[in-house]
Amino acid sequence: MPLDLICPAGNLVSLKVAIDHGADAVYMGFRDNTNARAFPGLNFDEAQAAEGLRYAHDRGRKVLLALNTYPQPDTWTRWTDAVDRAAKLGMDAVILADAGLMRYAVKQHPHLRLHLSVQGSATSYEAVNFYREHFGIQRAVLPRVLSLPQVENVVKHTDAEIELFGFGGLCVMVEGRCLLSSYCTGESPNSAGVCSPAKAVQWTDTPAGLESRLNGVLLDRYGKGEKAGYPTLCKGRFEVGGETYYAIEEPTSLNTLDLLPEMLKIGIAAIKIEGRQRSPAYVAQVTKVWRAAIDAVKKNADGFKPAPAWQAELNKLSEGQSHTLGAYHRPWK
Amino acid sequence: MNLSLGPLLYYWSRDDVLAFYDEAKHWPVARVYLGESVCSRRHLLRLPDWLALAEQLAAAGKEVVLSTQTLVESESDLKTLRRLVSDGRFLVEANEWGAVRLLSGAGAPFIAGSTLNVYNPETLGALAELGARRWLPPVEMSHATLASLLEQVPDGMETEVFAYGRLPLAYSARCFTARHYNLPKDDCQFRCLDHPDGLALATREGEPFLTLNGIQTQSAGVYTLIGELPALRNLGVVSLRLSPQSRHMERVIDAFRAALAGEARAAEKLARVMPGPAVDGYWHGQAGLDHSAARLA
Repeated sequence: MPLDLICPAGNLVSLKVAIDHGADAVYMGFRDNTNARAFPGLNFDEAQAAEGLRYAHDRGRKVLLALNTYPQPDTWTRWTDAVDRAAKLGMDAVILADAGLMRYAVKQHPHLRLHLSVQGSATSYEAVNFYREHFGIQRAVLPRVLSLPQVENVVKHTDAEIELFGFGGLCVMVEGRCLLSSYCTGESPNSAGVCSPAKAVQWTDTPAGLESRLNGVLLDRYGKGEKAGYPTLCKGRFEVGGETYYAIEEPTSLNTLDLLPEMLKIGIAAIKIEGRQRSPAYVAQVTKVWRAAIDAVKKNADGFKPAPAWQAELNKLSEGQSHTLGAYHRPWK
Repeated sequence: MNLSLGPLLYYWSRDDVLAFYDEAKHWPVARVYLGESVCSRRHLLRLPDWLALAEQLAAAGKEVVLSTQTLVESESDLKTLRRLVSDGRFLVEANEWGAVRLLSGAGAPFIAGSTLNVYNPETLGALAELGARRWLPPVEMSHATLASLLEQVPDGMETEVFAYGRLPLAYSARCFTARHYNLPKDDCQFRCLDHPDGLALATREGEPFLTLNGIQTQSAGVYTLIGELPALRNLGVVSLRLSPQSRHMERVIDAFRAALAGEARAAEKLARVMPGPAVDGYWHGQAGLDHSAARLA
């Protein structure tokens, strides 16, 4: 089925509310740095993963496991063990970024379904087809950098299913090709499974305003009445050429509700909602809105118009209370 | 261990590029990487121009490698890539996996660039089977991780390490230089030309932090491993990549050559011609912006 709704499951409660509110599949990670949301208190141990799988499968839904960081030489077996565990648990697919780990998975578990993670940075059909030919990936998640016509061109030239990010935090950089976090803190999504890690964050009230720092580097300073967001490195205010502004990206979220008819027409297999680190309440609300929207667009694509109530609901949940169509919409670029 | 001149990451006028490589013919580097690897809008030199330069540098005794674009977005990007691969006269550095597919399909040996994200021996082994003969680790990789990885290096695989220059850290669909000038990327007016070493980004306290280079974000700090040559040699690294800067590149190369020859004051020579503060945190498993000399002080 086209336009499957893939929702984030940071823990068992979120998994259940996502399923209850209409997710076709959820994605989760194990409780270590084998996935790109290796946050304290998040993710699943083996027993919880088994329970989550049971809950989803009993209701005819799927569970995908993100193993989308890059295995390090000394701890290689942590990643291969995770692949083995995923196969044993009966995960519906594993989402991988690393070619070496894919090679292992194909050899050891030929029936395990593989998805190419957004962290694999495949932005062209040549790259997607590389992973398909060599490792038999069934689906690729594209980085949030292509315009919709560019996405359509990828879809036309590959047999792999294409999944897109639809809503949530917006990476302005090509995923898997961003080392800003490790430059500042020593830890990046690629090697440590975290971006702008919480342990490096420091808030200080100063006479000049509330300051957010990441490993001592000043990311932003907020005046009275300004709302302070989580100090993600690329969303800070910096000085360039004597001006202080959001030099890389505003603290805004991706929301592609308006583009659903086009995504359906292009043949997008699945829409992913970002946010395994968000609360179960967030997951419930976002899933509910997106379920309704996807059902509506499938019923009548030409007459589809996002309900104002949906947009209002999503805006309330967005970072910075604003949203963007991101790169899918050309003028943004 | 020898020296490689990395691909030019900035956008310079045609005359400046030609003058730079004219001089490079006489520099003591074994190898020169050529081509536009950052932004497809940069067009003052097109592929035929780069190929002509490649011929000249090869005639001057350099090993020439053509570097592919790191972020491939459009069909026209792919067209350029296919032409580059099918030319066949020169080695190619693959900077994303679409290039790997085309090169291995053509049976051409290639260089696996640092943005392929090779973090473990299994991935390096896969690349060796596909035809990679040299590779570069991700710039964030530490000495310890590289040492561990190289314990299982495939036979015949050569290692090159990014050893000098502002670190290429991130790539985006957005152009941050155009953004600075309030211009859309599609009508950027090629403002990168005004910033031959990128556009400096500082924190609100005025601390240099990053460098905007069109769609690429670099460090403000200049990565340098000039003090780590014994360790690099012990690892079996065959080549050090020096990334072009607009001024004093010859003196950068001379400093590294002096260091390779064991001269004690090479690092001081280098410090005089660096366009920003030195950093080497990545090599030591720390934040990239750290510098070991500062930590010891």
